[in-house]
Amino acid sequence: MQSRCFPWFWKGVWALTLMAMAMAVAQAQDLKSFEQRITTKVLPNGLTLIICERPEAPVFSYSTFIDAGDVNDPSGESGLAHMFEHLAFKGTSEIGTTDYAAEKIALARVEAANNAYEAEFLKTVGRDEKKLAELKQKFKDAQTEAHKYVIPNQFTDVAERNGAEGLNAETELDDTMFFWSMPENRLELWAWLESGRLADTVPREFYKERDVVIEERRMRTDSNPIGRLVEQFAATAYVAHNYGRSGIGWPSEVSQINATEAMEFHKKYYVGANIVIAVVGDVKASEALPMLEKYFGRIPSGPKPEEMTTVEPKQFAEKTLAIREQTQPFYLEGYHRPDYRDPDDAVFDAIQDILSNGRVSRLYRSLVRDQQIAAEAAGFSPFPGEKYPSLFAFYAVPLPGHTPEQMRDAIHREIDKLKTADVSDEELAMFKTRTRADLLRGLANNQGLANSLAEYQTRYGDWRELFLQLEKVDKVSKADIRRVANEIFIPSNRTEAWIETQPAASEKPATAQQDGGAQ
Amino acid sequence: MKKYFRSYFIFAICALVFAPGTLQAQQDKPWEKIPTPKLHEFKPHQPQRIELKNGIVLFLQEDHELPFVYGSVIIPGGSRDEDPAKTGLVGLYEQAWRTSGTAKLNGDAMDDLLEAKAAHIETGGDVDSTDILWDSLKGDSEQVLSLALDLFFHPNFSEEKLELAQQQMAAQIVRRNDDEDEIARRESAKLVYGANSPYTRQPELATIGAVTVDDLKAWHHSTIGGKLIVSISGDFDPAAMEAKLRAAFEPLPAVKIAPPRHDDFAGPKPGVYFIDKEDVNQSNVEIVGLGTDRRNPDVPALAVMNEILGGSFASRMFQKIRTELGLAYAVNGSYGYAWDHPGEFHATVLTKSASTVDATKAALAEIDGLTNRPFTEEELARAKDNILNSFLFRYDTREKVLAMRVRLEFYGYPADYLETYKAALEKVTVADLNRVATKYIHPGKLAILVVGNGPEIKPSLDELKLGPAQKVDITIPMPKQK
Repeated sequence: MQSRCFPWFWKGVWALTLMAMAMAVAQAQDLKSFEQRITTKVLPNGLTLIICERPEAPVFSYSTFIDAGDVNDPSGESGLAHMFEHLAFKGTSEIGTTDYAAEKIALARVEAANNAYEAEFLKTVGRDEKKLAELKQKFKDAQTEAHKYVIPNQFTDVAERNGAEGLNAETELDDTMFFWSMPENRLELWAWLESGRLADTVPREFYKERDVVIEERRMRTDSNPIGRLVEQFAATAYVAHNYGRSGIGWPSEVSQINATEAMEFHKKYYVGANIVIAVVGDVKASEALPMLEKYFGRIPSGPKPEEMTTVEPKQFAEKTLAIREQTQPFYLEGYHRPDYRDPDDAVFDAIQDILSNGRVSRLYRSLVRDQQIAAEAAGFSPFPGEKYPSLFAFYAVPLPGHTPEQMRDAIHREIDKLKTADVSDEELAMFKTRTRADLLRGLANNQGLANSLAEYQTRYGDWRELFLQLEKVDKVSKADIRRVANEIFIPSNRTEAWIETQPAASEKPATAQQDGGAQ
Repeated sequence: MKKYFRSYFIFAICALVFAPGTLQAQQDKPWEKIPTPKLHEFKPHQPQRIELKNGIVLFLQEDHELPFVYGSVIIPGGSRDEDPAKTGLVGLYEQAWRTSGTAKLNGDAMDDLLEAKAAHIETGGDVDSTDILWDSLKGDSEQVLSLALDLFFHPNFSEEKLELAQQQMAAQIVRRNDDEDEIARRESAKLVYGANSPYTRQPELATIGAVTVDDLKAWHHSTIGGKLIVSISGDFDPAAMEAKLRAAFEPLPAVKIAPPRHDDFAGPKPGVYFIDKEDVNQSNVEIVGLGTDRRNPDVPALAVMNEILGGSFASRMFQKIRTELGLAYAVNGSYGYAWDHPGEFHATVLTKSASTVDATKAALAEIDGLTNRPFTEEELARAKDNILNSFLFRYDTREKVLAMRVRLEFYGYPADYLETYKAALEKVTVADLNRVATKYIHPGKLAILVVGNGPEIKPSLDELKLGPAQKVDITIPMPKQK
């Protein structure tokens, strides 16, 4: 039976944490052996390259980690970072075009036509509908003209024809990641492709791709009841920080992002100092580095972008929101917590593990097994990002006949136990053991390891923190858990959200069906 | 997490395009000047195969990189074999088997013991098999193996854990119409195989309520007499492991091979089907028909055809519907093949309500194009490059090599299947593509299912000119209140 909620809440398994128990770490897996296999190089433009030699098979995986995501979208342009991610698949001045010199001129005309159309469209007074229609046609014509030079999807085509596997990218609120795996003899081709798209992005087919992204929004958010709830939940929990803003973008904003804005975002955030690239697999650092330096040296240097000034103010009013939907009930709540650099970060991981990890977890045993009111219940953190102060959230899926209020009360009782009594020695030891084992398991996968190395290098300035975090995990005490629970899990710091079932408008008012209201 | 494309749609789709064979003159192609050195020598590490006298097969795959040991027993027989009046039995069995535990150690105590060691034992169920899987750190592997074998040989199905599993399944049943995507996948498969087919019939509150502890015991007893496949991978000593597994499995009687199934696969009744969902703004369009099975010698040609239809960014469907028309984020399609029964032909497009008809027409045009727009050498070369240059990723870890060998053993395919399949892919020609497209692609035999917001779909589905849309009733039957 597969779990049905929320796979998207789990930011890569590997990103989570770790720990050092008494068990001896086999030699192949300790930090020292990794230090021998990993080479780190900061290029003159500020870009960091990490190479981890793992010659188990003649393949490699890479992860390009950009320290910018939708949290960095300028005001009025929510969804921009994600939009740019899509653009990075459209090719460069060297690939995807029949004649870049001519295409460049045509693209400038597209941009001018879009600006003219938008200027008229946004007029609040005196908009001329006839003129608007003409401008829209001119905009379309300009796109058609620019399209003449396009060789669609040539960038991805060259990658796929050369064996790229798992080719994709993800935009989170905090960051953007590009990744795939390839046979090792295509390393140089990869370096050409990847450095090219980072350094030499062309806003090709931008406005059609914007339509694609809006379809993505319809799929993930608008047409999905949990997607709708989660968007409203974050928007309610945050009053000032961008974590409260739709990551994929509010419809009015994402539908009006233009290529100029996307290229400005690129110029500011896709600079060497803001990029870490990790390569893991059958690669010899000594042989590959000179070649990689040549290609990735093309990326512009530039100052590390300034950090945002907004800090979410302390919440002092408890908030609640209810969505009445034609779907089964659901409960979600969250409490503000500090960012990932906080000394208590590992304590939050411990709380999450003890409350939520598997059939031994407190929430499963209490709500699912013993009270038999929920099909599923868990806590997760950090949400919706980790770089800035975030939320520790809980959700529960009621069994038929049970209500969101019951979920809330049962979750609160479990939270109260954390505040008033110490967790057991066994629970704490289990957290530490599992964290360590999860770290080790993650080392067997080139792609997972590349993602972790790039992420830790970005977030801590040193990939070694992936291993060193075990020390912090080991130091978590029962008193820490109780203290943090008492600080964080208080009503004034809480946002509660739930779905209440409402029959479809087309349905007759409840007659036969009274239990569960399934449609 | 927003991605460039939706990775769980790993198959392909449909067609047309910007004649990939007749591109305008391209400027210089710098990437073609980059050398491709010879790939480093690599021979996938095959597991050791041991067949016991009773017919049970063991696979041992050593991998000493990390200090873990993984194991599994695959048991033939799955949900397609359950009593239709008790549909859902296998789903309940896979839960209650593990959560009940054994007479010596109940499921809850087993959870405590294993989780303290970061170890796992889990049981699972599928359409054609069930299984028990375990993993642990090397130091705990003997104890975990003993526990797993105890659970395998001496399960202690409990009333209480069956009830818990029934409650959780009931929660899934009443929620199954919440998500548009889930409705579309489920109902389109029912159109292909039939609502009461062993492959698509769905658990209902009444059928799961009919399952008893005795049913679970009887199921377990009958299935573990089948041809079991036991596999171990990781950091272990093969001689000692073989001895332990022989001691456990050799005493069992000769395996009973289940007679082959004789299912009826008629394929869908062609036409347009519609499910109204008022709380969405995007339509889920599924175009479906019957596929084939992997033993069909045309599968390599079909695999190449799928790649051209919807298997890549350069595929006809992706190029036309997503890149050129901007009508969808999620688009895919392929002529499916399963290991031992016909798969589905399945094309999917998710598009805003207002463009439902346009997107459906575009997808149908690509499907038609398979038979009326001949394949080109350029398309063939691209599709072969895509498939063959990434073929390595089917066996780049010892774990994947083992999983494939187990699968081949389970379905009775030769151990060198991947090599012969690869050789056959290399030989596919344009003539083969045109031949299989003509032979297998019959647009007139396909069903079109749209799940979407009726009032928003303008123009209406009538504009497809494929007859009136037939409404599909997805009401969840609720048992009478007691």
